[in-house]
Amino acid sequence: MELCDLTIAQARDGLGARRFSARELTEAHVKAMEVARGLNAFITETPERALIDAARADVRIAAGDARALEGIPLAIKDLFCTEGVLTTAASHILDGFKPPYESTVTAKLWAQGAGMLGKANLDEFAMGSSNITSYYGAVRSPWRRRGDDRPLVPGGSSGGSAAAVAARIAMAALGTDTGGSIRQPASFTGLVGMKPTYGRCSRWGIVAFASSLDQAGSLTRTVRDSAIMLRAMSGHDPKDSTSATLPVPDYEAALTGNIRGLRFGVPKEYRVEGMPAEIEKLWQTGIEWLRAAGAEPVDINLKLTKYALPTYYIIAPAEASSNLARYDGVRFGLRVEGKSIEEMYEATRAEGFGDEVKRRILIGTYVLSAGYYDAYYLKAQRVRALIAADFKRAFETVDVILTPTAPNAAFAVGEKMDDPLAMYLNDVFTVPISLAGLPAISVPAGLSSEGLPLGLQVIGRAFDEETVLRAAESLERAANFTARPPVLS
Amino acid sequence: MALIEGKTGNWEVVIGLEVHAQVVSRSKLFSGAATGFGAEPNSQVSPVDAAFPGMLPVINRFCVEQAVKTGIGIEGKVNPTSVFDRKNYFYADLPAGYQISQFTRPIVSGGSIALDLPEGRSRTIGVTRLHLEQDAGKSLHDQHPNLTYVDLNRAGTALMEIVSEPELRSAEEAGAYLRKLRTILRYLGTCDGNMEEGSLRCDANVSVRKPGAPLGTRCEIKNVNSIRFAMLAIDYEARRQIDLIEEGGVVKQETRLFDSARGVTRPMRSKEQAHDYRYFPDPDLLPLVLDPAEIERLRAAMPELPDRKKERFVQDYKLTPYDAGVLVSERQTADFFERVAKGRDARAAANWVTGELFGLLNKAGKGIEQSPVSADAIGALLDLIADNTVSGRTAKDVFAEMFETGKDAAAIVEAKGLRQVTDSGAIEAAVDRVIAEQPEKVAEFRAGKDKLFGYFVGQVMKATGGKANPGTLNELLKKKLSG
Repeated sequence: MELCDLTIAQARDGLGARRFSARELTEAHVKAMEVARGLNAFITETPERALIDAARADVRIAAGDARALEGIPLAIKDLFCTEGVLTTAASHILDGFKPPYESTVTAKLWAQGAGMLGKANLDEFAMGSSNITSYYGAVRSPWRRRGDDRPLVPGGSSGGSAAAVAARIAMAALGTDTGGSIRQPASFTGLVGMKPTYGRCSRWGIVAFASSLDQAGSLTRTVRDSAIMLRAMSGHDPKDSTSATLPVPDYEAALTGNIRGLRFGVPKEYRVEGMPAEIEKLWQTGIEWLRAAGAEPVDINLKLTKYALPTYYIIAPAEASSNLARYDGVRFGLRVEGKSIEEMYEATRAEGFGDEVKRRILIGTYVLSAGYYDAYYLKAQRVRALIAADFKRAFETVDVILTPTAPNAAFAVGEKMDDPLAMYLNDVFTVPISLAGLPAISVPAGLSSEGLPLGLQVIGRAFDEETVLRAAESLERAANFTARPPVLS
Repeated sequence: MALIEGKTGNWEVVIGLEVHAQVVSRSKLFSGAATGFGAEPNSQVSPVDAAFPGMLPVINRFCVEQAVKTGIGIEGKVNPTSVFDRKNYFYADLPAGYQISQFTRPIVSGGSIALDLPEGRSRTIGVTRLHLEQDAGKSLHDQHPNLTYVDLNRAGTALMEIVSEPELRSAEEAGAYLRKLRTILRYLGTCDGNMEEGSLRCDANVSVRKPGAPLGTRCEIKNVNSIRFAMLAIDYEARRQIDLIEEGGVVKQETRLFDSARGVTRPMRSKEQAHDYRYFPDPDLLPLVLDPAEIERLRAAMPELPDRKKERFVQDYKLTPYDAGVLVSERQTADFFERVAKGRDARAAANWVTGELFGLLNKAGKGIEQSPVSADAIGALLDLIADNTVSGRTAKDVFAEMFETGKDAAAIVEAKGLRQVTDSGAIEAAVDRVIAEQPEKVAEFRAGKDKLFGYFVGQVMKATGGKANPGTLNELLKKKLSG
């Protein structure tokens, strides 16, 4: 078997048994990174760094001192600040920015022995569902429709992360999920994408998009790898006031394979108008798989689902408009000179931000403005609380909830691009969970009629990632998703 | 009520003050960076203060405690839950593009401050709220002909904004409010009150009206950096508004700057140019929840505050309210006085501290904490007066020397032979001698010229080198002259 096809769990075993070295494993991935450069999955490649990380890992392995991710080469979404390594958020405005600090989550991964292949491309400031808004160019998915060679989007905003893992460039990737930015690309590229509970992973050192929604997570090829990554990433961080002071479970140990008696909710509100029949069918199949494994389906209501998208598109831009105020050309990144400070701000921000970012800053500024705050932002916050209450009520009778991850498969570059609202609809199934701060995972469950991956989403109670992973693993086993992107064949 | 005379009659000025008090704390409100005054530019800045990408604020619990103590000190209600909001605006010395402040739910609601006014008058002024917020950095416009430099040392430092009700009615009252607030803050050790270094700053909202009329349109005056300037600015602004209205003009709501060099206020921005701050709860911070037990612990550990102390001084030490007021204006002075007064005549102690000591300190331009004479040393001098070792008159000379040389009272008395003569035999001999030497004056006195008694006292004192105990002298002289 090719080294690049290994899962983290398999590589861990192989490294432990000295069947190959971390250096060999990393070299194989560095080579894959070069070969697949056309995907534009990375903004910054750091092969030298990856090889140094691997050399260190080999020393630890030789000493019998291997840690959880020893020698595993990863792609890091370029929203995580990495000390001394260019960090761009895929925006022109962060030109040349090399942080003097390392984000908490990446630091935790390095402390477990992982290596860094590079900084993965994304939608600018993580705003987008197709990875076409990056200043560094669009990411292309390694997938193609059957008999159609037009390039497809990998989903977004963690599109570079998804493309890298799907194309077997990285064994796993770090992503962030604000409204679906891990789960939707995972669904589009046939990967497992986990968004943990808000507060499970520290946000310190992640370039902020919408602070009350942003959460780090992973893209992997298996549920077990997802569990391994989550354990390494999680934990309380005193530098993030919103991070939870809870112990971190051994998520791999939670994968017992037994979901007998588990009650899973099926919310009828997720049957949205215009959703392709094949997604509805896949959802039914998923229900059958879980039932066959001994779990019990329960029809539930999540009545406020239809308000989630508009609520999200008020709260997220509002927070973003404030979070992005710091990019003013004064202290770091791009500066376009002007005759006055106001001119400098205007010129810098006009040139530094792309259209989608500007659109959201305008929306956010508008909804927070005097006279509009109550009607938009305050009302959205109330609806958000009601949506969270809706889920809470549902979780009184069920242990997890099963839904599709996205209302469609990946689309071609150029499709849906002229209508931002149509693009926003991609997040219809992922956004409610983000608003409620709950954990959710996307598991590849099948292929569309065009041969593209489709994912199912398992949602859990706050901080109950263990049950989410257990149910996800059961789906994964039943789905037996073995399809590979055509570029690999 | 102090009214201002205008051409059309009397006017009342209505003032509300917003005070920004820098919290005494070694580190900033949301970062671990240091807060020392006068450091090299940009040497006390963490990536959080400079709003680098991905940086997050973490509340400094010590600053919260300081705000709670201040809230208790101004008799406000400490709110068990308060919320930090973002106040959004662009400025080069505001790195994040927003200031973290408290808008709808401050840490302290309500409160009051009792003003000490001349002639023993007093007024109580309501405090609307106290909230915690970050300070901005400093823009330095004078370092380069066409560039502005930014110093972020102050960025992120904790401030308490203390807002008064619009209940002040004169510049004098505004001055008394600021003095009293500063005294309270210093007693609590929550703000050093140093206006020159900018750790206490004040904005004044000023409007005028005919007595009994509804409130007029207010102007906010910024940049008043001393109590004296605040009073000057208010007086100027009130007069400006009155003149404007009386000449048929209308006061526009605006923000004005006080120009201390010219003693005038001038427009800074109009209401139309005012920022829309787009306040919303800061999603990086959880609501600030205080444990009621913690609030009670702080309440129990509160020092005695000036009003209570003054009351106690009047009651326990029988001081006049005026003297008590002077003594409690600074905690160190009050402590100094109490140390002098302990086990002694308190009124004498008060007189010596506010009279002799303050006199010499003022002349030397020193504060009480720099006094060359300690409280115990003054106490020892008072003991020498009480046990008749020296007279009060002599004691003043002794004190001047103590102040000068730092020597203790007993040593000076001994070295200079200033010990008062209390031996009645020696005094009697001197009295006898004076009477014998001045038969004609004695005759005049005995014929009814009472005024001469003082003359004889002086003569006897002279004869004893000023050391005779005045009581004994008086007694003996009276007896001998009448006999």
